[in-house]
Formats: sequence, C-alpha cells, structure tokens
Amino acid sequence: MFTKKMIAIAASAGLALSMAACSQDAGTPAADGGGAGDKITIGIKYDQPGLGLKEGDTYTGLDVEVAKYVAKELGYEEGDIEWKESPSAQRETLIETDQVDLIFATYSITDSRKERVSFAGPYFIAGQGLLVRADDNSITGQDTLGGKKLCSVTGSTPAQKIADQYPDVELQEFGTYSECLPALLNGTIDAITTDDTILAGYAAQEQYAGKLKLAGEPFTTENYGVGLKKGDTELCEKVNAAITKMVDEGAWQSAIDETLGAADYVAGPGNPPTPAACS
Amino acid sequence: MSAQAVLFDAPGPKARLRHRILTILGLIAALGLIGWFLWQLNETNQLEPNLWSPFLRAETWTQYLLPGLVNTLQAAVVSILFAMAFGLVFGMGRLSQVLPLRWVCGVIVEFFRSVPVLLMMIFTFFFMARNLGMPGAAASFWAVVTGLTLYNGSVIAELVRSGVHQLPKGQGEAGLAIGLTPGQTLRSIQLPQALTAMLPALMSQLVVVLKDSALGTAITYPELIASGRQLGSRFGNVVAAYIVIGLIFVLLNWLLTIAAGRLERFINRRGHTAATARTGASTLVEGGAGPGEFGANVADVVEEEVTDRVEAWQDRHHRE
Amino acid sequence: MLDILSRYDILGAFWMTIQLALWSAIGALVLGTILAVMRVSPVAVLQKLGALYVNVTRNTPLTLILVFCVLGAFYILQWRLAPASAPLSTHTFLWAIFGLSAYHAAFVCEALRSGVNTVPVGQAEAARAIGLTFTQSLSQVILPQAFRGAIAPLGSVLIALIKNTTVAAIIGVKEAAAIMRVIIENETGSLIVFFIFALGFVILTLPVGVGFTELSRRLAVKR
Repeated sequence: MFTKKMIAIAASAGLALSMAACSQDAGTPAADGGGAGDKITIGIKYDQPGLGLKEGDTYTGLDVEVAKYVAKELGYEEGDIEWKESPSAQRETLIETDQVDLIFATYSITDSRKERVSFAGPYFIAGQGLLVRADDNSITGQDTLGGKKLCSVTGSTPAQKIADQYPDVELQEFGTYSECLPALLNGTIDAITTDDTILAGYAAQEQYAGKLKLAGEPFTTENYGVGLKKGDTELCEKVNAAITKMVDEGAWQSAIDETLGAADYVAGPGNPPTPAACS
Repeated sequence: MSAQAVLFDAPGPKARLRHRILTILGLIAALGLIGWFLWQLNETNQLEPNLWSPFLRAETWTQYLLPGLVNTLQAAVVSILFAMAFGLVFGMGRLSQVLPLRWVCGVIVEFFRSVPVLLMMIFTFFFMARNLGMPGAAASFWAVVTGLTLYNGSVIAELVRSGVHQLPKGQGEAGLAIGLTPGQTLRSIQLPQALTAMLPALMSQLVVVLKDSALGTAITYPELIASGRQLGSRFGNVVAAYIVIGLIFVLLNWLLTIAAGRLERFINRRGHTAATARTGASTLVEGGAGPGEFGANVADVVEEEVTDRVEAWQDRHHRE
Repeated sequence: MLDILSRYDILGAFWMTIQLALWSAIGALVLGTILAVMRVSPVAVLQKLGALYVNVTRNTPLTLILVFCVLGAFYILQWRLAPASAPLSTHTFLWAIFGLSAYHAAFVCEALRSGVNTVPVGQAEAARAIGLTFTQSLSQVILPQAFRGAIAPLGSVLIALIKNTTVAAIIGVKEAAAIMRVIIENETGSLIVFFIFALGFVILTLPVGVGFTELSRRLAVKR
C-alpha cells in the first residue's frame, strides 16, 4: 500500500516536472505544419563518429548531413535546427511524446517499430559488418569467425545472433563500441560487429587511420529510415521528396564521401535507395 | 596516532630497524607498483600525448565533463533530499506505537535495503518509459532518483530509528512525564536531537548516493561516466577519459568525507545532543567506526538490536 | 508469464551471482585483513598506504573499477588471471571477482578497524605487559577479538557485496541483473519480473543478515 503510494507520488512528480521541462526547451512540435522561421527538433546520435557525433557545439556525420539537407528542403535553415540526443532505446518514445520532429539515428525500418512510429526513406542501406585490424586477413566474413573473439555492446541482438549461430565464437560486451576499439587494436579482440556504417565511422576517425578495415560483405540489410510521428504521411512525403532530390543532386554521395570516405567505405548493394511509399 | 600507540611498545633499536626496513619495503612496493603500471600503460600506447591533450581543451570540460558532472550532482542532490523525506517518514513509522504500521514500515525498509539499486533503476526506467510513456530522458533521471531514494531512504530510516534509540532513555521519559503524547515526544524531543546527531552520517550517505548515481550510465542517464564515453568516442581515448573521471569522483567524495568529519566534530563540540556522548569512549584506533557508508550504519542498527535485547533482559532481571 | 520466464535461465543467472559473491567475499576478506593490519601497524608508511588505498577505492564508483579491471587491466594491459587459452567469459568473470574484491576490501578494512575499536584498551595494555610483541599481541589478542566484534559490520559488507555483484552486468557478466534487463527489454516490463528478481536477492541477503546478527550475538566477547 505504501509502495504503491510512493510510486504514484514519485511518478506524478516525475511527469509533472518532465512536462514542465518539455514546455521549456523542446520548442514547438511539428504538428503545426512547420515552415520557415520556426524551429525543428531533430534527433540524432551524439556518440557515433561518422554518423552522428557531437563535437563541442557542432555536429558531424552522415545522419547529420542528410538531416540538414532534408531540413533545408522543409524550409528550415541550419540555425533553426535543434539537435537532440536520441539513444537507441529511446527513439520511439522521443517521437511518440513529441520531443523530436524527425529522427536520423541509424534507425532501421522494422515492422515492430512501424507499430509505434512511421518511417520516411530509407535514405541509406547498411548491413551488419565486421571491423578488423588492417593487417588481419583471416576474417573475410561471418563464416570465418570460428574461434574468434567478437566485441559488441551490451544487449546488442546482431552480435548475440552470431554468438548463438557459431558456438565457438566468443563474445565480450561493453557499454559502448569505443570501449571495444582499444581491445581490437591490441589484438585481444579479433572483430567488432554491428552496422557497417557505424564501423566505418570509427575506422574513419583520425586516430585510427590505416589501422582498421571492414572485412567482407555486409551480411544483413538494414534500411535506415527517418523516424516521424505515426501516420504523418504529409511530412513523410516531403522528407521522401527531399531524400530523392539529395540523391539526384549528388549531395548524397558527397555526404558519404565526406563522412565515411576516410575508411574507404563504399556504400553496399541497394544504394542509393529509393524511398518507399508513405503509409 | 596517540591512541594507536596503545597497540605497541615504544620501539627499541631492533624494532626501529625493523620499522625502517618495512618503511623502505613498503615504499618500494608502492612506487614499484605505480611505476610498473605507468610503464605498462606506456608500453600499450595509453600515455600518448594525443590521448591526453584533449583534457587541456576548454570544450572537453564545457561540452562533456562539466555537463556530466552537473547531471551527476543533480541526481545525487535530488535523491538525497527525497531519501531524507522517505527516511524520516519510514523511520518514524518504525518507531510508531501502532504495531501494524511499525510492521509494514519495517517490511518496506528491509525490502528496499536488500534489493540492488541497479535492479530498481533498470526496472523503473523501463516501467516509466514504456508503461507510463514517460520521455526517455526524464525516465532515466527519475529512474536514477527512484532507485537511489528507495535504497538510501531505507538506510536513513534505519539511521533515524537507531538515532532515536541511542538517546538516553530519560529524554523520552521526561517528555512523557510532562504530559506529551508518545507522538509529540518523538517529534518535538527525540527526533530533533537524533537528526542533529545524524547530520554527519547523512553527509557520508551523500558519498554513497554520488557514487551510486554512476549506475545511471546503465540506463542512459547522461551522468559523468556516460559523458566520458562520449568523450572517448570523440577522441578515441576512452581509458584516459575514465581515469580522469575516476579522479574527479575520488576528489569530490574525499572533500565530502572531510566535510562530514568536520561537521561531526563541530556538533560534538557544541554538545547539544545527548546521542553523541556514546562515541566519545576511548578506542584503540581513531575513526575506525566512522559513520556513514553501508557498513557502519547497518552495524549500528544490528548492535542496537543486540543491546536492546540485552537491556530488556537486564530489566526483567532487575525486576525479579 | 511462466513460459516467458522458462525460456531464460534465471536460476543459472542467480548461480552466477552467488559464485561472484562467494569468491569476491573471500578475496575481500583476505585483502581487507591485510589492509587493516597495515592501518594499525606501527610503521607510518604502511599506515598511510593503507589509508590511501581505502580512501581512493571506496570513493570510486564500482562501475568504473570494474571497467578498469576488464577493459584496462585485461584487454589493454593484457594482465591475465587465467591461461590465455581460457574463454573470454572466464577472464571477465575472474576480473569481475578481482574488482569486487578490491572494492569491498576497503570496506572490510574499515569494518575490522571498527572491530578493533570494540576491544578494550586494557586488552592491548595487558598483552604488552606480558611482553608480547606487536605481531603477537595483534594475532593472539587483538585480532581474534576484533573479528568477533566486527562480525555485524562484516555482515553488512557481505550483504552490500551480494547486491553489488549486479554491477558486473555492465562489463558483460551474465548474472541476475543482466538477465532481468534482457527479459524486460525483450519481453515484458511487468512488476512480476522485477519482484521475482528482487525476491531472489531478498532470499540471498536475508539469511546473511539474520545469520550474522545471530553470530555476532553468540560470538560477542563477554565483558
């Protein structure tokens, strides 16, 4: 009885405070249609080099570049964009609660996610890949992982699948991929696995130049979509048009070269993608 | 150190030599360990300047470490305030004259003391984000606060209880004698004294809260360790970032511990409360049973239970 | 509900928790005793070193200590506690035990010092009066009483240790908290799941609390 009360009190206090916080800093939600002069809130990753990375008060990466282009097509200048960190576990919630208008955060389009949010795009097709040391030629794909040591982040399903599929693969989990990297560099870990874009992002970082490479072909297909409020087909179509224009103009390719090019990353099969119809 | 001298004689020539040898051996071992550690770090390229130079940049601090520190402090301060309220309510509940209330409060306090904080945080986080539809950032903050409040509140509840129990019996009896109800006696006579005596322990508890707020990193709360991760992703120096963060934590908590010690001495000197009289007894080592931290708190309580039982037995004995 | 739970090895996860707690408790007791002896020793440098260790360790979050052990010591410095051929999970497990032991040793040390405090000054004086050296008086007179006086706080350290094993989830040890997280993330976030795991910890810690209270009462030195 007492716990229930406590939880109820804590929860209501939390809600009230968080709602107050929202009204202060989240700005106007997209529901009003948007237009020049307003602000747009875009969710990105803050800790994913090459895709979405916070560098002081600027933001870099492929997701960020696409987001900027799309925002410009929607009528928002760069200064009108409010960036918001969107960790993987929180993306659906951020959209459902109107804290962000759009999400560009290595956000794979899946059926279960479609139940809670809508997707524009895809704007990029990635796949699960393997990051290995530049001088290691023993790993060429997931079939050559036998007896190897793999690193991934806690609770990552792609890594767990490999470990289940190949019982002699050993899996070490950390809180983030950047904790896997030193271990990969000194040889105590043989490979890191996740989306090839994320891996290329790390390999493209200055301090890892020439030390790491992507091995083999990607062995899954991840369609990166733009997350937006469920059922907002109007916004979805606008975003799709912007993506198509970006690809046609060549800005899409140059964004990839600029952000992931240093890792000799070549966009996998299916790229550049054609946005799917909105629903 | 003077109290400690009780343990051994003033050293003679042989003992002095032995002490000198031990001193040198201890120093060699310590310096050797540190030196070896640094050498190994160097061997594995962890001391390269480009891994450490980011810490000289202003933006490293303004964009990563300080915001993380602020979030850590925010969660800690809010939690300790809630925990004090929780502790006061349930501590009083455990001292209540009404048996069922005492019992219920006892079960709740014992339950939250035995469940790991991380477990509470993980559950609350997913519960708030998913079942209550709370925004992720708010959910992670309130999950950290809830976890820390429930655990530390329970510890404080026990502190309140033992604080009141440690007051001389006469305080409560005097209150009853002048016609106050047991509730009034508790609120206006016993609690104020117990709370003053508790202050240093509360401050030490803040150290526990501050440290445990680091668990928030497991549920995406952007505290100090999480900002270290972001920093590590940016500059590829995750180990250096963690070492710096460790130093920040040690420094912060060390200052808090010193402040708690000062406060305790201050309160003792003023001598306003009868409760601290007990700690004045001469002991073999200085400060061994310092207040705060889970060890000593709970120890007090257990001791309390034991002495309660002994006293009850003595009472009966006397009456016979 | 039951079919969800039966798909996960909850008992196995708690067995991992128990193993972690047991080995770490032994490690912490040994290391903590050495530290306590250092801190009451007549050699100033040893006292200072002991104090430094205690103050640094207990002021650092356990999360960081465990990450240092696994990422820093094992992966980067490549210090091994098991043969290189052993599986990664063994290395991580051993380093988790090492980290938990190192962290809780500081608290064991403080518990023992509070135990030393329960020994009346007269005992130490008597020991010296009959000509015992520091080592003799410590090992024959002070420490045996100190351990008995420190049983209650040691029990609290053990309870804290059992609960703190959950932090090992952060470095990828598959113990109770890690499994609970997987279940909540993939299946259901209902209160029942939480209560099952919470109950597991109550079952683990309650007997320790009761047992140590009883033990401290029985073994209390009659004065």
